[in-house]
Amino acid sequence: MRVVLQDEAFDVAAEVDAVAREAGVEAGAVAMFLGLVRGGDGLRALTLEHYPRMTLARLSAIAEEVSARYDLLGCTIIHRVGTLGVGAPIVLVLAAARHRGASLEAVETMIDWLKTRSPFWKREDYDDGRQVWVEARAADDAAAARWDL
Amino acid sequence: MKDVSITVLYFASLRDRLGLDRERYALTSPDATVATVLDALAERHDALREAIGAGAVIRAAVNQQFATPATPVAAGDEVAFFPPVTGG
Repeated sequence: MRVVLQDEAFDVAAEVDAVAREAGVEAGAVAMFLGLVRGGDGLRALTLEHYPRMTLARLSAIAEEVSARYDLLGCTIIHRVGTLGVGAPIVLVLAAARHRGASLEAVETMIDWLKTRSPFWKREDYDDGRQVWVEARAADDAAAARWDL
Repeated sequence: MKDVSITVLYFASLRDRLGLDRERYALTSPDATVATVLDALAERHDALREAIGAGAVIRAAVNQQFATPATPVAAGDEVAFFPPVTGG
């Protein structure tokens, strides 16, 4: 399991290699989610704030719970913080499992829980100088609730 | 005299509205909860009272664990208030 919080960009290929190595010869699938800063409407940058004393513990708890639930062989969550330009990668989630179904569902669960159970807040910075905090969407809570059996 | 103070943290849009990222607050009751602390802080800060009055959704954590309005708060705790999270 690898859980990281960082300012700088991550190397997707190196992370996929690492989780596949962690999973070993029993692995049959690695699934991935890569979140990007979506542009448009004059957006210049996205700033990610978090709760430093809490964030890593929450990410670790999500990785552990999902690993147990889907019997993962390897698992990675890397979330960036700070100010990121349009198109920049924000978050990487990887899940290695024996079969594709478990790896795909594990990735979807992790990203849903990241959106609703970890202390991050996004602020949009626009070309005209406006700064707007992103509001949580009810759809995110509903997506996360799907996985709470 | 026993120190009954807690540390209060504010994040994101709530911090911007208050113009404050942390403060100390002295508990006035041994039965304090997240809800009673927030009510007391709203007495202290017009901007917080206005946010609540305008229907802003405020979430909380006690000692780095997500909390509910009924979660107990004790001396020495770290209580954080923030808008619903938007990571991922």
